[in-house]
Amino acid sequence: MINFLYDLFSFVYQAGDAFAFLVLSACGLAVIFGMMGVINLAHGEFILCGAYVCSWCTRSGMPLPLSILVAAVVAGAVGMLIERVIIRPLYDRPLDTIVATWGVSMIATQGTLILLGSTMPGTGTPFGSFMVGPYSYSIYRLVLMAAAAATLAILWLAFTKTHFGILARATIQVPHMAKALGVNTSVVYSLTFGLGAALAGLAGGLYAPTMTLVPTMGSAFVVEAFVTVVIGGADVFLGTAPAAAILGIVKAGLTSWQGQLAGQIGMLIAVIIVIRILPRGISGWILRERA
Amino acid sequence: MIKGTKRAVSALGSLLLFSGVAIAQEPIKLGVLEDQSGDFAAATIGKVHGIQIAAEEINAAGGIAGRPLELVIYDTQSDNTRYQEFMRRVLQRDKVDAVFAGFSSASREAYRPIVNQFDGLAFYNNQYEGGVCDANMIVTGAVPEQQFSTLIPYMMETFGKKVYTIAADYNFGQISAEWVRNIVKENGGEMVGEEFIPLGVSQFSQTIQNIQAAKPDFVVTLLVGTAQASYYEQAGSANLGLPMASSVNVGQGYEHKRFKPPSLANMFVTTNYIEEVDTPESKAFVEKWHKSFPNEPYVNQEAANSYTAVYLYKQMIERAGGSTNKDDLRKVIAEGDVCFDAPEGKVCLDPKSQHMSHTIYLAKVGEDHSISFPKVWNDIKPYWLGDAGCDLTQHDPSEQYTPSNPPKKTN
Repeated sequence: MINFLYDLFSFVYQAGDAFAFLVLSACGLAVIFGMMGVINLAHGEFILCGAYVCSWCTRSGMPLPLSILVAAVVAGAVGMLIERVIIRPLYDRPLDTIVATWGVSMIATQGTLILLGSTMPGTGTPFGSFMVGPYSYSIYRLVLMAAAAATLAILWLAFTKTHFGILARATIQVPHMAKALGVNTSVVYSLTFGLGAALAGLAGGLYAPTMTLVPTMGSAFVVEAFVTVVIGGADVFLGTAPAAAILGIVKAGLTSWQGQLAGQIGMLIAVIIVIRILPRGISGWILRERA
Repeated sequence: MIKGTKRAVSALGSLLLFSGVAIAQEPIKLGVLEDQSGDFAAATIGKVHGIQIAAEEINAAGGIAGRPLELVIYDTQSDNTRYQEFMRRVLQRDKVDAVFAGFSSASREAYRPIVNQFDGLAFYNNQYEGGVCDANMIVTGAVPEQQFSTLIPYMMETFGKKVYTIAADYNFGQISAEWVRNIVKENGGEMVGEEFIPLGVSQFSQTIQNIQAAKPDFVVTLLVGTAQASYYEQAGSANLGLPMASSVNVGQGYEHKRFKPPSLANMFVTTNYIEEVDTPESKAFVEKWHKSFPNEPYVNQEAANSYTAVYLYKQMIERAGGSTNKDDLRKVIAEGDVCFDAPEGKVCLDPKSQHMSHTIYLAKVGEDHSISFPKVWNDIKPYWLGDAGCDLTQHDPSEQYTPSNPPKKTN
């Protein structure tokens, strides 16, 4: 019985860990895609930006929580700059934004390699570990899970309870009407893109202590992020969170049973099945039920 | 207009002048296909630098048989299809005399058929899973009989007989894991688990749990690429605390420099060179290296092999009377004494397999990530292919063999 509880805790921890990774990887992408319809292929490079800024701050003596916030802010600022310079003229040409953001992604990766070298020393994971039964666990992974939950909660509050949230949703639903009512839509677009980039930077900052810091590290997040957004659909809360929960459970279950390869395969099969049954993603299905 | 013409004429004149010099001593062209960007770049940029340092030294000392050595360098971007494109380009368009190419075994197997097709000569300066019996290939990296036959018995004696392997899921990891499995069995041990990790995976929380559930005495980590290297940090923070054994870490990816101590503590690696090797030759080598590349993060095993390989190539050409013809060079190798005093110690090419003997250092990573060498094996020969029946002096099958797929015996 007690062994069963140990294994149950282990499963919940692992599923939570996978859930946190998927949510944090995906929510920046989901905001930009869901709110603006822009498919941001430079998403991984915003994560890279966050991770590098966070590690740099930590190594120059800043406490880790502050470094992570700085990482998010810097990534957000870079995001707003890119939105202003590159994305804005392309809002009517969604396919071209894919090409443009892909180009940004390649320039960022190679530019990082040329300017900052092939690797950056890590800062080490804080907080140590704890034991439950026969297994030891990293405490920092619990922080990541809490961060994922907090991110979702704060995003929900921001979009439903704040003035910015109302303006943003109005702009996304009927742009010309919002404009006619005096909403400065270009500022809203800029802030939304910046928010998406900041969320990516946050993910990078949070995971920076646990990973190899290299110019290609963004690619480790991108597949999972896209997969989550694809099956989640356009809505961050009704889509990304349940999608991450489903995929997290599938991935943790299969990985503990048959290893990483099975986990990866299972996750991709789950995506195919969900998309086959629910072409508009989980959020599309929930919203239709509601209507 | 007249001025322009004049300039053009003078340019033509100087062109003729220089090409006149060039005809007198046409350079020997060496293609260099290594990953200078992408997932493997951290481990492989040093290989290019090693080749550049050797070429500079050789050219300063009068070249190879009086001819300068010219490098034709392409960045293969950690991408197998780039290897194929650039291998065709260097062999067909640039017409190089030899190619130094490849980090991952997947990339080597991607370009090897092209080298065979154009009957070129390629040096693979990387440790790998062994077994390539191909007259077009010269391998200067260490192989399993050099790295695992030394490492695994040592680990089993020191820590115990229960072994768990985690390996990158492609030919390198699969075949290396087979070697580990066989050696563990031969020494009366037990494999309590084996997990293959797709390249690019960076989250290991569940894998760490699987290892804890299986309770091994030590873990063999055959992880490749920078994404998979995240394992150490994550295992360290989960306090897995098991000794680790590897043929690729530290010696290739200098993880002990990149991660904060003690995540790599108690890692044991067999390598034929790393910059911490404490001999006068090695120290002079590292010093020389930093003179040319002051910002080099680490001089790893592959970088040293690449440097050594240029000198082996030089020696072969000079002993072949200045010929760069592959068959002439192979006749020199067949004499059995193509040797070089490398930074690791003396190394020699084996005529049967065209692989290289090595000094194998057992490197132990300490709590503070300092390196010590509990054991050194001198002059370990790459014997497996020869013993299994590969003899390139007689016959060229151009195959890769594994313990479960050895050469067919010819009676």
